[in-house]
Amino acid sequence: MSLSTLALPLSLLTDPALKLAESETPEVAEAAAEMGELTSGTNLINELLMLAPIPDFVPGWAIPLTAIMIGVAIVMGVVSLNAMAGTWLERKVSGHIQCRYGPMRAGWHGFLQPLADGIKLMLKEDMIPIGSDRVLFVMAPALVLASVLGALAVMPLSPDFFFADAPMGLFLILALTSTTTIGVIMAGWASNSKWSVYGAMREAAQVVAYEVPLGISLLVPLIVAGTFSLTEVSEMQSGMFGIGGWLIFKNPFMFPALILFFIAVLAESKRAPFDLPESESELVSGFLTEYSGIRWSFFFMEEYAAMFLYCVVTAFFFLGGFNSPLTWLFEDGGLLPNVILWNVAAFFTIVVKGYIGLFVMMWVRWTLPRLRIDQVMTMGYKYLTPISLVCVLGAGIWEWGKAALLG
Amino acid sequence: MDQERTATVTEPKESAVLPDGSKEFVVDVHTEDMELNMGPQHPATHGVMRILLRVDGELVTGAQPHLGYLHRCAEKIGENVEWLQYLPYTDRYDYLAAMNNNLGYSMAVEKLLGIEIPRRAEMLRIICAELNRIGSHLIAFGTYGLDLGAFTPFLYTFREREWMMSLFEKICGARLTYSYIRIGGVFNDTPPGWLGEVSRFCDTFLVKWQEYYDLVVENQIFIGRTADVGVIPREMAMDFGLTGPMLRGSGIDFDLRRDMPYSLYGEVDKAGALNIPVARGEKGSLGDCWDRVWVRTMEMKESIEIVRWCLDNIEAGPVIGELPKTLRVPAGEAYVGIENPRGELGHYVVSDGGKVAVRCRVRGPSFCNLPVLEEIMLGTLLADSVAIIGSTDVVVGETDR
Repeated sequence: MSLSTLALPLSLLTDPALKLAESETPEVAEAAAEMGELTSGTNLINELLMLAPIPDFVPGWAIPLTAIMIGVAIVMGVVSLNAMAGTWLERKVSGHIQCRYGPMRAGWHGFLQPLADGIKLMLKEDMIPIGSDRVLFVMAPALVLASVLGALAVMPLSPDFFFADAPMGLFLILALTSTTTIGVIMAGWASNSKWSVYGAMREAAQVVAYEVPLGISLLVPLIVAGTFSLTEVSEMQSGMFGIGGWLIFKNPFMFPALILFFIAVLAESKRAPFDLPESESELVSGFLTEYSGIRWSFFFMEEYAAMFLYCVVTAFFFLGGFNSPLTWLFEDGGLLPNVILWNVAAFFTIVVKGYIGLFVMMWVRWTLPRLRIDQVMTMGYKYLTPISLVCVLGAGIWEWGKAALLG
Repeated sequence: MDQERTATVTEPKESAVLPDGSKEFVVDVHTEDMELNMGPQHPATHGVMRILLRVDGELVTGAQPHLGYLHRCAEKIGENVEWLQYLPYTDRYDYLAAMNNNLGYSMAVEKLLGIEIPRRAEMLRIICAELNRIGSHLIAFGTYGLDLGAFTPFLYTFREREWMMSLFEKICGARLTYSYIRIGGVFNDTPPGWLGEVSRFCDTFLVKWQEYYDLVVENQIFIGRTADVGVIPREMAMDFGLTGPMLRGSGIDFDLRRDMPYSLYGEVDKAGALNIPVARGEKGSLGDCWDRVWVRTMEMKESIEIVRWCLDNIEAGPVIGELPKTLRVPAGEAYVGIENPRGELGHYVVSDGGKVAVRCRVRGPSFCNLPVLEEIMLGTLLADSVAIIGSTDVVVGETDR
């Protein structure tokens, strides 16, 4: 996808302190330098590639390029694996909430069901409706998925393994995930269906309304933490038992900000009770009405990836990031200091935190009815935005007072 | 498909002269309303109803229900098959309340025949009709949640309906189209232990009922979506001749079971077990969608009470009267209206003394409640129109017959 082009500019944004490790051949190091600095993740892959016996005819620039490609593949793998896990979890959670089992036949408790679904979706006939704008229709799912892939590249997988530790990481995530809206509007317009246009217009209105409280409520942790970088914000939250340092305990306005942020996230990722763009009972399927097969599944992958990403952002900026009792055990100066175990524990911590957020989203979805469009707008503009502004003000005063009193 | 929507710009008219001497013009850009076909394959139209909407953005400026996609000539069939043979066709019009349909037709024919129904049969008829009313309201309640985007209540209500259907399966062998209530009584006596199971169903159902009420009816989002939406004032309800929960949702206390008692409902009423819920406009103005849903929800509870009264008073005895093999109904005409879950279900039968009816007319409550849609959907949002259609609890099998 477009990430291969995106990875290079992203790598330019990275911390200059992360230099390419001493390579065995100066030629490779030179090639890597020409391509821009390799980030921690790609650097590690690069070094691992170096260990393999490389024939002479392979040009020097091929190795860092391969490393970048592997990095891209990992991010794409995260997206598709997350979509599989997300759909499976959604079905199981909804099933158990509704007094049924959900999928049970394919694998243990239907664990292979997403695989079967994926195969089915890929084998389905590729339908493009008559009278649709073919170019936009084909481009929309790709654009939607590309933007979320780009945003996921910024997410660190562990403290020492990331693909793009941008100093403005959060900003990039917010910017890139918002561009999915363009894809959704394109899909709605190109489908040549009135229901699709409705879905697209609702999506546009909703995203514009909720982008504001989303950004403003995130200002609260930013005031407290003072950084946009996801790795940095995670570093500063280490504390007693891996829980004591969480940002949510550092300021009384963090908890309301968390609630506001989560509501805005539900609206941004088109989840119930804000699933108006694809509201099944009103708009048939909204902007997805005319899509089928693999194109439809692209939208689905985007939805789950965006949900997961937002939950991870929540975890990073409110709930301790990589820090948990497990990482506290293995961290530098802990009971069992071990760098590799620490990184593994951090990876599991962030995945678990993300999926807890995902579970809450599903729980809400399968419990509540949907709001009406005017109620959604009212809530966004009249309640969430002013309340989040008050939170920012309060958090700012609190931090200023703390600094003034405690020096 | 009117792909090309035209925008017309009105003639600029001078409206104000600004302080610096320049003139300000006002131009109105008027876009044409869009015609939107809702249905026949729309998930919220409860079957194959089609509603032609005129929409201005999200605002509905016109709505016109189109019927006939499920027409099966039920009334004409009634003029061509024998009296008893027509009974299974009555199952098919309001397929969610087949027992009630059987009851209505049987009573119309019995009125012409002038025969006495055994008391146990009357009791079983009431039990079945009320259980079926609960089942029908459960569907209405569940699908209404579905219309509003809450998927889970739908499956909860199906769990209870499943039990109700298995009760009917035990008594007559069918789960949806029962043909259990026959001319002259009911098809069969109950299997052993059946009445006890009905009693257990009543106990369990009341617990579940409270859950539904707390989860859906008192939910703030639900109230926000339904209160003050699709308001039918008292006068409008009477003008359109609404019946059933639609009428009682507008605050008019009228129920055929109490006001024109048939079967043993008069006795039930005397015993004090028939308390008809009437909407009071608690959450919004009287006659809104919430009121209609509330009436249906309370009616389920009330039906349980009626079933309990019957269980307490049922006695052993025959369940079907003596009838000849080939039924010849005396010449004459009869109309019997009963309280279906959706309103007054009327059967008008005319006989010339032969084996086949001369005329078999059905007054379907869904059909008669439908025209009000056109009135109350004006000026609502698209999402509201879905909520309004759901609150009328339309069964297309019966509007089209």
